Amino acid sequence: MKIKNVTKFKENIYRGIFTILAFASLFFLLGITVILFKEGLPIFQKVSVFDFLFGRYWYPTHADAEFGILPIMLGSLWVTIGALGVCVPLGVGSALYIHELAGYTQKSVLKPLIEILAAIPSIVYGFFGMVIVAPFIQRTFHLSVGLNAFTGSLMLGIMATPTVCSIAEDALSFVPKSFREASYALGANRWQTLINVIMPAAGSGISTAIILGMSRAIGETMTVLMVCGGAAVIPHSFFQPVRPMTATIAAEMGEAVMGGAHYHALFAIGLILFLFTLVFNIIAEIISRRFRVKLGLGR
Amino acid sequence: MNKLKRQLGIYTLTLAIFALVCPVNAHADTITIKGSTTVLPIAQACAESYMDQNPSVNISVQGGGSGVGIASIIDGTADIGDASRPIKNAELSSAISRGKDPKAHVVAMDGIAVIVNNANRISAISKKDLKAIYTGGISSWSDVGGSGGKIVVIGRDSASGTFEAFTELALHKAKTRPDALLEASNAAVKQVVQTTPGAIGYVGLGYVDSTVKAIPVDGVMPKEETVLSGTYALARPLFMYTNGKPTGAIKNFMDFVLSWEGQSLAKENGFVPLK
Repeated sequence: MKIKNVTKFKENIYRGIFTILAFASLFFLLGITVILFKEGLPIFQKVSVFDFLFGRYWYPTHADAEFGILPIMLGSLWVTIGALGVCVPLGVGSALYIHELAGYTQKSVLKPLIEILAAIPSIVYGFFGMVIVAPFIQRTFHLSVGLNAFTGSLMLGIMATPTVCSIAEDALSFVPKSFREASYALGANRWQTLINVIMPAAGSGISTAIILGMSRAIGETMTVLMVCGGAAVIPHSFFQPVRPMTATIAAEMGEAVMGGAHYHALFAIGLILFLFTLVFNIIAEIISRRFRVKLGLGR
Repeated sequence: MNKLKRQLGIYTLTLAIFALVCPVNAHADTITIKGSTTVLPIAQACAESYMDQNPSVNISVQGGGSGVGIASIIDGTADIGDASRPIKNAELSSAISRGKDPKAHVVAMDGIAVIVNNANRISAISKKDLKAIYTGGISSWSDVGGSGGKIVVIGRDSASGTFEAFTELALHKAKTRPDALLEASNAAVKQVVQTTPGAIGYVGLGYVDSTVKAIPVDGVMPKEETVLSGTYALARPLFMYTNGKPTGAIKNFMDFVLSWEGQSLAKENGFVPLK
């Protein structure tokens, strides 16, 4: 009896520890959300929400301070869209190749190698972009400056490729074998099967991959700080310097006077960035749930 | 039971040792430094190396801005207040009314060099043109006698001390044009100017080397001598304020900042040393 009680007691302890661990991330998320709201909202006592979101000038430390983040928000969206143009063909293309065409040896080399791309620190991408890619882009396109949205998009796209590739490949591998066999049985060739059967079946999984790649790109900081140029103007061309939200926070937070308007404005930018990625992730979750139901995998 | 007793004994002993050791540490000299973010790197570097040499002294260095630095001398929350500008009359009278006697110590000079790409033909610039380039009046190198087509204006993040000094000394507090590029450090500005033919940027004098071309402003070349003599326009003294004449640990630290060693630390951080 005694031994049984001890075992039960131990089990309860383990259960308790793991419950705490599981809920810890929820606790962190809550903490971060509360702080973002608490430190970000006070700026709206100084500027109206409309002037903050749609103001065209960002002069946070000037005597006549202006806190308009429209150019900064558009800068983020601009490089994110550009990054999608790079990481979708690269990521989805390599996922298709790895899953459909590559032999066992190629597959066992390619997938880990692409994942290593994700392990390179972002400052290394930034440095590479600033010293090698930007001067190259500047000479090739005869631009006045190589640090622009195009260079930024290129670097971000390469950085988001492993995310897209890895998740898209998983999505492809979830397509039941019977789908493919049925297609071949109907006389479809490999290409027809891939485009008309596999792709649509894995479609929502691939969409999830793309959206998560977008979250990765919009949240990236060090690289965009180093290669995007950092001009806080509304972008009208890809070959123009832009300043994304993350770069603004990273460059200015260290010196902002704690509790001042500038400090609260930077937190408010963080809050908006958080809302962006939250929406992306919710959309990705909805699509991937629908996908699992569609393939009859349940939830 | 014996085991438990022994463990208890060890815990008590450990606590006793802690209780003995902690007050000894509290006896160490503590110096608090607050203020200007421009002076912060000098204060930080000097504090670190001073603490290495004098382990009994504990120095805490904080930023906050010149206003905070001087205010902390007035309300006595810091021993040394950093400032990148002289004390204002209002601050001085508020200090006197509280029985404080702020003493200024110039700890280094902050000189800002205007740099362009080595391939640029420009050989000099006037302060007026410089202001026009940075505020948006001039956009082409041909208007100021340079080469490289469109001027790529490079600025610093609005929170940096160099930005603050440049805005004050060269732009007379006007706003930098919104399409100026932002770089987060002196080194990054230099890197971009080095690789961009049409670029103009500004860095602390200590960062100028052969990879970029520093140009004279209003006919004066930025050099240690012209900064110290006051003939170069984009320069200003940096201060540390103390309450009255410093004594004891504070005096020793101030002496260290002004010593050859402290001054070479200032130079390493891109400032112009006084000797």
